[in-house]
Amino acid sequence: MVKLLSEFAVGESGIIKSVKGEGRIRRRLFDMGVTPGAELTMRKKAPLGDPIEITLRGYELTLRKDEASCVEVELK
Amino acid sequence: MRTFALAGNPNCGKTTLFNALTGSSAHVGNWPGVTVDKREGVYKGAGERVAVVDLPGIYSLSPYTPEEVVSRNYILEEKPDAIINIVDATNLERNLYLTTQILECDVPVIIALNMMDEVEKSGDKIDVKAIEKTLGVPVVEISALRNTGIKELMSRALSMPPQRKGTTVLKGVLDKQLETAYAFYEGEGVSSPLFHAVKLLENDEIEVQRNGASAVLEKTGADEDLEAVIADERYKYISGSLSGAKTKAHREALTKSDKIDRVLTHRVWAIPIFIVILFFIFHLTFSENLFYLNGFSENQAWMPSLVELGLATEDGPNNFGVEILAIFYDGTVYSPGVILTNFLNLFLDHISDGVISLMERGGAAEWATGLVGDGILGGIFAVLGFLPQILVLFMFFSILEDSGYMARIAFVLDRVFRRFGLSGRAFMPMIMGFGCSVPAAVNTRTLADEKERTATIRVIPFFSCGAKLPILTAVAGGIVMTFGVGNADVITFSMYLLGICTAIVCVLLMRNTTLKGETPPFIMELPAYHAPGFKNLMLHLWDKTKHFVKKAFTIIFASTVIIWLFSHLSWNWHYLPDEQMQQSMLASLGMFLQPLFTPLGFGAQLGQFGWVFAVAALTGLVAKENVIATFTTLAICISAYAGEGTEEGIEELAGLIKVITADAGLSQREFIAALIAFIAFNMMTVPCFAACATAKAELEKGKFKWTLLFWLAVSFTVGAMVYTVGAFIWPLAIWFAVAAVVATFIVLRNTGKFDITKIFGRRKK
Repeated sequence: MVKLLSEFAVGESGIIKSVKGEGRIRRRLFDMGVTPGAELTMRKKAPLGDPIEITLRGYELTLRKDEASCVEVELK
Repeated sequence: MRTFALAGNPNCGKTTLFNALTGSSAHVGNWPGVTVDKREGVYKGAGERVAVVDLPGIYSLSPYTPEEVVSRNYILEEKPDAIINIVDATNLERNLYLTTQILECDVPVIIALNMMDEVEKSGDKIDVKAIEKTLGVPVVEISALRNTGIKELMSRALSMPPQRKGTTVLKGVLDKQLETAYAFYEGEGVSSPLFHAVKLLENDEIEVQRNGASAVLEKTGADEDLEAVIADERYKYISGSLSGAKTKAHREALTKSDKIDRVLTHRVWAIPIFIVILFFIFHLTFSENLFYLNGFSENQAWMPSLVELGLATEDGPNNFGVEILAIFYDGTVYSPGVILTNFLNLFLDHISDGVISLMERGGAAEWATGLVGDGILGGIFAVLGFLPQILVLFMFFSILEDSGYMARIAFVLDRVFRRFGLSGRAFMPMIMGFGCSVPAAVNTRTLADEKERTATIRVIPFFSCGAKLPILTAVAGGIVMTFGVGNADVITFSMYLLGICTAIVCVLLMRNTTLKGETPPFIMELPAYHAPGFKNLMLHLWDKTKHFVKKAFTIIFASTVIIWLFSHLSWNWHYLPDEQMQQSMLASLGMFLQPLFTPLGFGAQLGQFGWVFAVAALTGLVAKENVIATFTTLAICISAYAGEGTEEGIEELAGLIKVITADAGLSQREFIAALIAFIAFNMMTVPCFAACATAKAELEKGKFKWTLLFWLAVSFTVGAMVYTVGAFIWPLAIWFAVAAVVATFIVLRNTGKFDITKIFGRRKK
């Protein structure tokens, strides 16, 4: 099942299908290792529900839900 | 002398390696045009001296953040003799992503595999020889923290051949496109054609703008998604080449860092824990009653003062030993921040006492002793006196930053701050503002977006700093004492709230008008928690000290002396002792400016003595403590207060208030409103010279004059609002109307329904 990263529940993991978004945000996501094919796990949400924290490529990354909605992930 | 540049991800130990290489020879400045730290130093460990430049921490050579642009331009244009690429061995995959881009440049590269000790501790194995073979450049294991492997790193770096052709890991997929682009750049004669060619295929903002480049891009038939393909290829290459080089040990599900993180970013406890941490930082820096050992209120106080112990008289301590004791204890136990301040002040006081008595004995004129003792030394020492607390505050916040906690705080609070067009990172500088604006303004360097930074620096003074507290307590105390109304603590607390509200409103206004811009993306690494290195911390503080002292002796010094001269010289250049300040140039300047403050309630209404308020505000520019000191002096000058003068200044103010009330015939309510407006004005107006100098250094060029204007405008508006509403209530309706009109106007303009240029355009016809 393909889901937007912003809709992930804590603990879910999957493989990135595609990364959309405006040039600068997309570039930044790529540079941080959010590329199609990478595996990620949703780690937690901030106390106010946004931003979120994910684990990918062996490190922790935080991003806002707005930015996470650019990432389509195939749920495992 | 050869020059080596250090490049690597943030948090990979780059600064630690730099400190290990250069030691005390380091010099910290700014990269031209941006406020990104530039560290330079010299490595002397080998036969020859090598210049070392520390590039800012980056994840990629994209042209988006100022750090990336600075690093990219340096590598391509300044052409260092070699690049030492520091790679965090505990996180090879993401770190090598930058490496694959650096390798595309025509520059010798050596890889320093840092934190190998931690990798070994976790049981993982990395085959260094295999990585070296795959990447084709030397790889050296080091531990920057333990200072191992550094000699070998440098000797191998020094023996590398001076030329290297760029290589790329993008083989097989993009060969044709890459060839076309490469031929174009080679034809143009630029250096590192391979790097430029790959960036062009990535649709890089800078490359596409090059003459003829977009035509080449079209010719390659590259569609936009090459960007994704290239990023993907890089990572594929890394994981492919690493599969043989790295063996992972079986490990527990949760590392130590994870366990700490679970508590510190807990859904419920994250914010309370943070508040407790902040409380301790401020307590240890500013408190004069450490851990409330002397009780929570004056009624509970039980510790005897030095006078009560018979060790000191009202004139001061009995001997030098007691003077030393007074640094740590006088009726209460002091916090480390206060102890350091007392220690420095003891030292500085003795210097200025010594100089003054030497001058007096040598028969120097009164004005000369005054100028040197009070003006020059007094001015410099007043500013240097802040230094210990600034440094202690800096130290605590650096520890939070280096340990990785600050990034978590940004994570926790981002949602709140986004509402105002800021990111979670803006919180730290603002909260530091309650301590001192100087470290707060410097701390805004952690903000990625320049507009966000400008907005934050501008509102920092509204978070009332430690030096403004005496103004609050003295004026509030004076009000309560004279009129017998209200409660000084309530007044003080509401002023803090007023400052915060003003900051929020101003940020919203700026982010919707002059500093409009999208909320910058918030995509950042949360580094693993680790204890900060002592040496790094000390070097960092030493840099800050150097900067501050340098500034204290130049701009701050000059402005302080000018203020002193104005307040101690009459128009015919006669020296005036403190007691005759009312005849000084500053006093007449105050009288001249007095009518300006009429809308704020402390102008023409206050009659012939009203100028003391204007003068006090002016002397506050040297240091905000001076506002009250000036009141004390002036109260004695105009004989509103008989006596020696107290430090808190409450009685003097009460005296002043009585004299002015009698003289100008003001109603009680109007005067109270005016006094509160005076506090509000001082809280929000142009901060002290030290804070101004720092703000000027941290702001983009040309922004400082607007910032000064902004501070004046805000303090006048808020002061006028407080006074008119407090004194007459009905202007509240007007203020509401004005606010509503401004808000509607901004909303309409930003939604495109209202275009001011169109209206003016029509009129012209």
